[in-house]
Amino acid sequence: MFIDVAITLLKIAFVFGLVLNIAGILGWAERKQSAVMQDRIGANRADILGLRLFGLFHPIADIVKVITKEDWIPPGGDKFLHTLAPFLALFTALAVFAVIPFGDTLHIAGRDIPLVIADLNVGILFVIAFGSLGIYSVVLAGWSSDNKYSLLGSMRAAAQVISYELALALSVVGVIMAYGSVELDDIARAQGQYVLGIIPYWGVIAQPLGFLIFFAAAMAETKRTPFDLPECESEIIGYFTEYSGFKFLAFWMGEFIEVIAVAGVVTTLYFGGWQVPFIDSQGFFVPGLFTIPLPHLLVVVIQVTAFILKVCFFCWFMLLVRWTLPRFRYDQLMGFGWKFLLPLAFLNVILSGVIFMSFEG
Amino acid sequence: MKIVGHKLSFLENIYLFEIVRGLVITTRHFFYNMFFHIAHLLGYQQDVEAAVTIQYPEQTIPVSKRWRGVHRINTRPDGSPRCVACMLCETVCPVQCIHIVAEEHPDPAIEKYPVSFEVDVTRCCWCGMCEEACPVDAIYMDSGKIPKAGYSRQDLVYDKETLTKEVPLPGYQRSLNPPGAGAPKVNPMGL
Ligand code: SF4
Ligand code: SF4
Repeated sequence: MFIDVAITLLKIAFVFGLVLNIAGILGWAERKQSAVMQDRIGANRADILGLRLFGLFHPIADIVKVITKEDWIPPGGDKFLHTLAPFLALFTALAVFAVIPFGDTLHIAGRDIPLVIADLNVGILFVIAFGSLGIYSVVLAGWSSDNKYSLLGSMRAAAQVISYELALALSVVGVIMAYGSVELDDIARAQGQYVLGIIPYWGVIAQPLGFLIFFAAAMAETKRTPFDLPECESEIIGYFTEYSGFKFLAFWMGEFIEVIAVAGVVTTLYFGGWQVPFIDSQGFFVPGLFTIPLPHLLVVVIQVTAFILKVCFFCWFMLLVRWTLPRFRYDQLMGFGWKFLLPLAFLNVILSGVIFMSFEG
Repeated sequence: MKIVGHKLSFLENIYLFEIVRGLVITTRHFFYNMFFHIAHLLGYQQDVEAAVTIQYPEQTIPVSKRWRGVHRINTRPDGSPRCVACMLCETVCPVQCIHIVAEEHPDPAIEKYPVSFEVDVTRCCWCGMCEEACPVDAIYMDSGKIPKAGYSRQDLVYDKETLTKEVPLPGYQRSLNPPGAGAPKVNPMGL
């Protein structure tokens, strides 16, 4: 009993430690990556005793700056809700990681440790539910700020998130049909199969269209460019105008954590989760030819590393998209969501149904 | 009025291919620059630029020969400032950033000299009128320098000593009189 609690706590420490650190580094990566993409050098001036380390001290400098700033609550605003909103943003983004499996079941000292914090049987529904809960932080932030522009911004954000949620949830239906489960651990495990004996049966193979829809909708959920209408600091005013200091940082971090969460969910649903092609619990193998046995612990370490690398890749890719595309206009945004993504998601569900039925039949 | 609209074709309308095209461009830039950044770090390919950034203040670009930089007070052969504290520059300065305190000079031919001569570069608009107004060619803007950032306002008020120490940029078209050249004593009235 005690050991179980300790193991769970260890897993929580591992996952959240990793996620929060990646989120911090993403702040740096965002600057540096955009700079490299635009032939610039990027922030590199923060130094400790002359040591610059490619600007890696900038996140620390940011934190120091933000913590020492005044925490301002609008006099006419709702003090409680105003304080609650940023933490809700952080919480809903972080909670998603509870159900994302980051490795195969670990057999150690006679115990089976599933490498997921909470193996919920609602799995992917939990992820979608917490994605939707994120709207509360947006709406509450706008509402409690006592600022009509913030309120309008939060309305805009809520409309966007709700619109894209439909396409998001519908695109997941295809994955559920393909693997016959809503549990993320089952989905990740089922992606260890091979089609035609050699191609890994990853979600992106089973659901190429579904992947595109999911990725577009999930980008919209993270509220970043090209879907950053809720924020768009350069012209229309967003919902966290009245936030300063640490609470602003909480929104900012929440956004990065959402990016990692989306990367994690995309990896789990469409890119094999922790599966590495041609490596399974027996070891490295070429289908139908030979097998090189590997120790269990090594396999698990490879798989966890592969999962982290895949997540990092998608974080990189989302930053790439964010620095490539211009922002949608609001009518384009709504049109894209309702008139394009949603019908396409329906089409994907129907097509997948027909294809899976005909293969089974 | 003629409204020129661009009708999107079907492929453009579903965004996907346009997005991929954009991503290919940015990815190419990313990997190209990253390759050379890493190569530079390892000491290779130093002659290929990985970024267009100029790391000011360690790096600067050459300025034009006629460009107005930080002021310089020209000197007489004995090293004292040529300024005769006539106040013309202070008067002509549109933003009133020159402050001169005049004092009687022991030499009656010179009449006056500045006890203090301050240029507040935070306010200066680099118009060059002070330079043109000066009857004795005492103030020039030919140092070719951009004022450095300072931690206080007082850091950016340059005094007589600082301004006298500035040297003209070689080949600069503004320097008619290099430091220490010209007549030893200048009588503004030409007497
Ligand atoms: S350059 Fe213009 S603004 Fe600057 S000190 Fe001279 S007269 Fe004044
Ligand atoms: S105009 Fe020339 S001589 Fe007159 S006060 Fe200014 S610098 Fe001195």
